[in-house]
Amino acid sequence: MSPTATTVGAPVGADAQRSGVEVASPVDNVRTTSTAGEVGTVCPQPPGPGLPPQQRRALGTMSRRDVMVLVGAAVSAVCTALLLFGRLTPLTGRLGFVVVAFVFFLATYAALVSLDDSRPAVVDRVMAALFAAAGVVAFVALLSVVVYTTYRGWSALVHVNFFTQDMSAAGPQSPLTEGGVIHSVAGTVIIMAICLVLTVPLSIACAVFLNETDNRFSSLVRTIVTAMTALPSIIAGLFIFATWILILGFERSGLAAAISVSLMMLPIIVRSADVVLRLVPGNLREASAALGAPQWRTVWHVVLPTARSGLTTSVILGVARGIGETAPVLLTAGFIQSMNLNPFGAPMVSLPLTAFKFVTSGVPNLIARGFATAALLMVLVLVLFSLARILGGRPAGRLSPRQVRKAAQQSAADLERIEHMAQEVQR
Amino acid sequence: MSATVIPARDERAGEPEQRDIAAVPGKSDRIFFRGLSSSGLLVLVITGAVGVFLAYEAAQALGEAGLSFFTTSTWEVDRGKFGIAAVLLFTVLIAAVAVAVALPISLGTALFITEVAPVRLRSALVALVDLMAAVPSVVYGLWGVALLQGQALGVARWLSSWFGWIPFFSVSGADPDNPLSSASVFTASTFIAGLVVAMMVIPIQCVVMREVFSQVPVGEREGAFALGATRWGMIQVVTLPFGRGGIIGGTMLGLGRALGETIAVVLIISPRFDITFNVLEAGSNSVSALIALRYSEASGLGLSALFAAGLVLFMLTLVVNFTASWFIARSRSGAGSEA
Repeated sequence: MSPTATTVGAPVGADAQRSGVEVASPVDNVRTTSTAGEVGTVCPQPPGPGLPPQQRRALGTMSRRDVMVLVGAAVSAVCTALLLFGRLTPLTGRLGFVVVAFVFFLATYAALVSLDDSRPAVVDRVMAALFAAAGVVAFVALLSVVVYTTYRGWSALVHVNFFTQDMSAAGPQSPLTEGGVIHSVAGTVIIMAICLVLTVPLSIACAVFLNETDNRFSSLVRTIVTAMTALPSIIAGLFIFATWILILGFERSGLAAAISVSLMMLPIIVRSADVVLRLVPGNLREASAALGAPQWRTVWHVVLPTARSGLTTSVILGVARGIGETAPVLLTAGFIQSMNLNPFGAPMVSLPLTAFKFVTSGVPNLIARGFATAALLMVLVLVLFSLARILGGRPAGRLSPRQVRKAAQQSAADLERIEHMAQEVQR
Repeated sequence: MSATVIPARDERAGEPEQRDIAAVPGKSDRIFFRGLSSSGLLVLVITGAVGVFLAYEAAQALGEAGLSFFTTSTWEVDRGKFGIAAVLLFTVLIAAVAVAVALPISLGTALFITEVAPVRLRSALVALVDLMAAVPSVVYGLWGVALLQGQALGVARWLSSWFGWIPFFSVSGADPDNPLSSASVFTASTFIAGLVVAMMVIPIQCVVMREVFSQVPVGEREGAFALGATRWGMIQVVTLPFGRGGIIGGTMLGLGRALGETIAVVLIISPRFDITFNVLEAGSNSVSALIALRYSEASGLGLSALFAAGLVLFMLTLVVNFTASWFIARSRSGAGSEA
């Protein structure tokens, strides 16, 4: 027997003695309970014929009483506010009504809860109601943005030509049955495609660099990139406007817009990709290194595939941010009313810029078109965003069923290959 | 029986020599690292170039105007009288209004999502806040100018008639005794621009706060409940102290975004160049709006002056963002959070 094995139990007992804890065997414990009945664990008697059957308790936080109190307070508050507005006092206004009703609701709710609960419970309920109200305000605001934009643009959205024509044939006063924004859709797609080509390889490589090396240079790069996420987008636009267009003398074009948007997206994607890569479990890297893989193989075959969904998400979120940028595009892309598929040397518009120009024009029909363009842009962002959630829903290293099957196939093939090699060696 | 056998130390051998444990990268790895470093360098050069170019371009105007650039409030570059005193003040005021409106809403929403809402609702609410962050600023701007402005005028009038004695809320030209007076003295104000920018700030703050609150150790949370705390009691003693860094950091991150917002502000405001602290008064300005409205007619000194204004704005957002990340990283919960 090795000396280690004998000493294993010793420290525990020694500690227990030192701290004065009486170490009793479970058997002792039970005996104490059953005879003396003073200290120790008391086992509840099993439900027998003499006792009522046990019922499962509801663990939910809302009882029926809570719901009643909530509904009662709400109804009472709305009624009081209705009475006050226009009948008892000369108050008017929808917003004022909501605020007054909410204040009454809080007061009634607090009073009702205090009927059968203590002060801390009353404060707790009122605070919970306040938090919920904050959530509702944010939700209602978002809802009103979405609904109002769609509502104002509806008259233009219902005509198919809005999605199939450009504005070259339609003047400001043309009816909504003429002209559309296909040219800005094309412009947005082209500009974003150039942005992706410019930013994705560079930003992913830079994020890998930040993760794989740990020296003074990489921390300098990280600091600068962090600083650049603070860059206001208009300044990115102004920079490209001054260098690309004024100094280098190029024309305003889709390319210039794409460069300025890329300039803004680059630090954002690097930052979030950096965070995603940091979440790759260290033991995966170490396992790969222990198998003798050089670092680039570890990165290529372990780190990047593991973080794929997170990286996709960070790119898509970067695109969602870049696609809605108006300010840099306003400075660098110029403005055009007709279709242009050439991003080099000719003006090109994007959806947000078109929406901005249409609405600021002040012509009713163009304003409707502007809101429709904004709604279209919102749908586009929504699609991108849902994509990001679907792709990025899983944490690093968690595979989808399809990926699991693929990995199983791969390792089965590996096994066959290795066994085959082993047989060869034996022969 | 097996056991770990500790090798007996040879007394004569003296101290064992420490081995060098640095890895020697192979050829392929050396190439790989060179590639990585060059990508890092490229990003550094690109992003650094913006800052350096900004400073270089701004130098001319700053040299011309000197310190008066920070004290002059008019923007008449041709006459040599230009400065950002008023513009910068309005920028800060818009951001301040935005954060003052957004902070309670985002803090409440974050607490609602992490503490109060039923578990089934949580992921939907998280998606909703993320979606709010994804809505393009031009959409918020359009909504603000077409819908919110009309609603907010009443609030502005109410604030100015009841709280006009507070310097911020007084409005010159407004008649508190005449409810039928024109509302035009309240339009396009700092207050309304701030409200619209708040819509963009809320999700940014909320995301950071929620992230931090969701990292509160379960043990501490349950410990508070086990001691008989109510939910609000638990939030007071566990969640809020734990998330303090995240709250401050998220707020400042939102502030950084609010300072740089362009297009929504351009849509709302009508530019003015005099110094006033009355946020409800018609007309406002911001550095980014100034750039967006003046870039096309600017050349030479005018452009340089715009760059100088941009540089000051950039410095401001830089300081705010770095302070934010410092707060977030310093908080107990900051290690894993994104911002």
